[in-house]
Amino acid sequence: MEKIYAIETSNLSIHYGNFTAVKEVAMKVEKQKITAIIGPSGCGKSTLLRAFNRMNDFVPGCHITGELLLHGQNLYGKDIDPVEVRRKIGMVFQKPNPFPKSIYDNISWGAKINGFKGNMNELVEQSLRGAALWDEVKDKLQQSAYALSGGQQQRLCIARTIAIQPEIILMDEPASALDPISTLRIEELMQELKKNYTILIVTHNMQQAARVSDYTAMMMIDDQRSGGVIEFDDTKKIFTRPGDKRTEDYVTGRFG
Amino acid sequence: MKEEALHPKTIAAQGFRQIDLKKKTRLSESVIQASLFFAGILSILITLAIVYELGKEALLFFNDPDVTLMKFFGTTKWQPGIGQYGIWALVSSTLVTSTIAILISLPLGLAAAIYLSEYASYRARSILKPILEILAGIPTVVYGYFALLFVTPILKSIFGDALQVYNMLSAGLVMGIMILPLISSMSEDALSAVPNSLREAAYAMGATKYEASVQIVLPAALSGIGAAVIIGISRAVGETMIVAVAAGAGPNFTFNPLQAAETMTGHIARISGGDLSYNSIDYTSLFAIALMLFLVTLVLNLVSQWVVNRFREQYE
Amino acid sequence: MNQQKDYFPEGDAFYASLRSRYRAAGIWQFIFLSALLAAIIALTALLYNVVDGAFGYIAYEYKKSPTEFTSTPINELTQEELLVILKDNLSAGAYKKLDTEQKMETRSQSDLLSLFMERLVRIDTKGTWSMTESLTRGAEIQAEVAEKYPKATLEFRSWLTPQFLVTPMSSRAEFAGVRTAILGSLWLVGIAILFALPIGTGAAIYLQEYAPKNWLTNIIQTNINNLAGVPSIVYGMLGLAVFVRVLETFTSGAMFGVTDSNGRTVLSAGLTMGILVLPLIIINAQEAIKAVPDSLRQAAYGVGATRWQTVWHHVLPNALPGILTGSILALSRALGETAPLIVVGASTFISLDPSSPFSKFTALPIQIYQWTTRAQSEFHAIAAGAIIVLLALLLTLNATAIMLRNRFQKRW
Repeated sequence: MEKIYAIETSNLSIHYGNFTAVKEVAMKVEKQKITAIIGPSGCGKSTLLRAFNRMNDFVPGCHITGELLLHGQNLYGKDIDPVEVRRKIGMVFQKPNPFPKSIYDNISWGAKINGFKGNMNELVEQSLRGAALWDEVKDKLQQSAYALSGGQQQRLCIARTIAIQPEIILMDEPASALDPISTLRIEELMQELKKNYTILIVTHNMQQAARVSDYTAMMMIDDQRSGGVIEFDDTKKIFTRPGDKRTEDYVTGRFG
Repeated sequence: MKEEALHPKTIAAQGFRQIDLKKKTRLSESVIQASLFFAGILSILITLAIVYELGKEALLFFNDPDVTLMKFFGTTKWQPGIGQYGIWALVSSTLVTSTIAILISLPLGLAAAIYLSEYASYRARSILKPILEILAGIPTVVYGYFALLFVTPILKSIFGDALQVYNMLSAGLVMGIMILPLISSMSEDALSAVPNSLREAAYAMGATKYEASVQIVLPAALSGIGAAVIIGISRAVGETMIVAVAAGAGPNFTFNPLQAAETMTGHIARISGGDLSYNSIDYTSLFAIALMLFLVTLVLNLVSQWVVNRFREQYE
Repeated sequence: MNQQKDYFPEGDAFYASLRSRYRAAGIWQFIFLSALLAAIIALTALLYNVVDGAFGYIAYEYKKSPTEFTSTPINELTQEELLVILKDNLSAGAYKKLDTEQKMETRSQSDLLSLFMERLVRIDTKGTWSMTESLTRGAEIQAEVAEKYPKATLEFRSWLTPQFLVTPMSSRAEFAGVRTAILGSLWLVGIAILFALPIGTGAAIYLQEYAPKNWLTNIIQTNINNLAGVPSIVYGMLGLAVFVRVLETFTSGAMFGVTDSNGRTVLSAGLTMGILVLPLIIINAQEAIKAVPDSLRQAAYGVGATRWQTVWHHVLPNALPGILTGSILALSRALGETAPLIVVGASTFISLDPSSPFSKFTALPIQIYQWTTRAQSEFHAIAAGAIIVLLALLLTLNATAIMLRNRFQKRW
């Protein structure tokens, strides 16, 4: 039987007008694993990640060529609904961006708009537990989410994402705005989450990629300033025996 | 270290030029700075002059033995010439016209702002925004013409004889159109100040554009929109020409928008436009009304600024 | 953890709910757009209403036939002939009054012709019709007029003519023009800008370049924002109390030997307007000065310039287009303001051109107000004509401002 991946890309390119920002990416992302995308800044990591749940639709002039397949369906196919795509592929952003609502409403809002019919209180509790935040906020669910610390806000954003029960969670440098202790908690949480979800994470922090991920994609820009995946492999292999000289330079800090 | 210039000889002996770094008095600089300061402080003098002049004459009015606060706030007939001082006769009309204006301009202005901020493409904005700007630039006396000679006849065909030729409904409706651009542009500023990350978060959870705009962005911009509404109210209360032309030319305590009634501003315009002798009770009473207008709009403006400032800090 | 998974609609159920969500979204988008459509409709209706009023049929009769005064066809009357006719037929008092306004001999042929028509022939308007009525019900109107006023002449008239622009005020709508009002408005905004531009720019320079960050600066800034929101009629009351009354010897010109005037002069009104637009000018000038990059100031200080030298030689020249644009916008605000002028005491009827700051005055918006509130429909027609003139002036001003802004768009 043919192996089914969580998500596959082939020949995926992302263009802004005439400029090709990301060129010809081919990746096969394993189910319930953490896949990290690393590379120097400006190489198109975030742009690539945002292609996975069609967030680039909102950037004027941005268009996609090639294929991005979720269980055989092309996410950019004509009959695909972007709202449905984003519901199945959630996202956590670089800076915590809770809604200016209560903690409870932050979690329940997504479920509500997506037609959730079960017990909302239970869902909120489950999601907060899932994001390891329950014990800290269970007595102040009606307080504004803005009252939480940065690390707590980011875990709230994760809780909000898992509340709508996606298949895949995209994380765009989720710990870059956080202190080391909060970062550690997020990393621990990711290990928990991968039991149920497939995670794709963009990070500029190589130690983080090495610590948390199972697979790593190394990106680099070419002489036309287009980014591309130059190596995609087991994280251990990338960090110990990289196949590409440029990867070796980058992971050992000899780059640039 | 000693702060003392070295002896000139010592300096010269070692081949240096003399350098004097002492403060020089630059007379022209000081004169200029003083006059600029005066220009800056003049705005405060203007405010003080407003408060002083309005206050002085208003005090003359309230010091008239015939005028009591009980009569002023407790009765509903206004005709200072014959001893009737019930301000409610004018306030009621101001309330009715302003309320109608806000009822029109708030939903329309807000909807227009949401469309411009969240939906419109760059091209659509560049066409639609100038239309609102033109609407904002039309002198209010022209709106008055429009209210009396266009809107009132249309209303007449709907309400028939129940509608008086001068009526608060027509004035209020047109005032709503006049305030619409103000509310829409301030609300649009508030909406676009909401960080994009919130929209992205909403989309990433599978929200449609409408759900993101109305359930996430709109509540986040609520205080800015509130400020816009307050400024809108302040503008409506202070607006003169539309009501002077179309609302009515006589104080009338009524809340029926189909009737004619004079607002505070309309009353000032009509009485001061006629022959008015200084030191008469008619004259001083106008200043009492103007003082009330000034204080009401001042409070509204301050509240609105406070709201806007607080709102701005929230996202920075 | 996934025990509640079944509670989310999946597959077809989800798509059904998504469809209804999209439908709601579509309806709301249409509603949002409708608000803008409503604004467009309102603007169109307003402009249509004005244009509609400025053209249309008028039915009139002459009180006396021109042939009672002269046998020459009226279009061929010369200036001299008209002068004689007027002298012979007007009462001595009326003639003298006209002569003191402007020497009769110096008046133009068209001016005298209007006087002839206005004072002697005396037109009597039986009715006016809007442009739409005139175009759609032309035959009906003709029949109606022929029946009711058999002696009347019916003609399609444009109330907005070149003549309308250069004719002074008149008590008869048919002969009235906006010359006096336009000149009054020009005097008014001229005085306002002469007062407000230097002071406003000075205040803006002070606040942006000199003022320390302290409570006083804070108060000044808040105060300016507040002044911008004070109702214009309150400024009128301030003008009435200060310029018209307290400073009467100055504003009436008594100080300078002018005797025939009180404080209700174009100077009082202009200064009132100046104070009204001052906060707008300050705020705009501040924005313009703020936009000048700091690097420019540092460069100037770097070569040993004093603060004023820096401002005068570098900051101001670069901020000037912005300051001027803001001033033009303030001007157009002053041009359209009506309420303060009523309070300060614009003359209700005046046919004499303003000739000095101590003249009595009227202004375009004042005329529009007066004419709109008259009962006779012919006055509404000239009000519409005056509105078109006012809007055209405003359009010119704003177009200038936009051109200025585009021409000198930021160069850094």
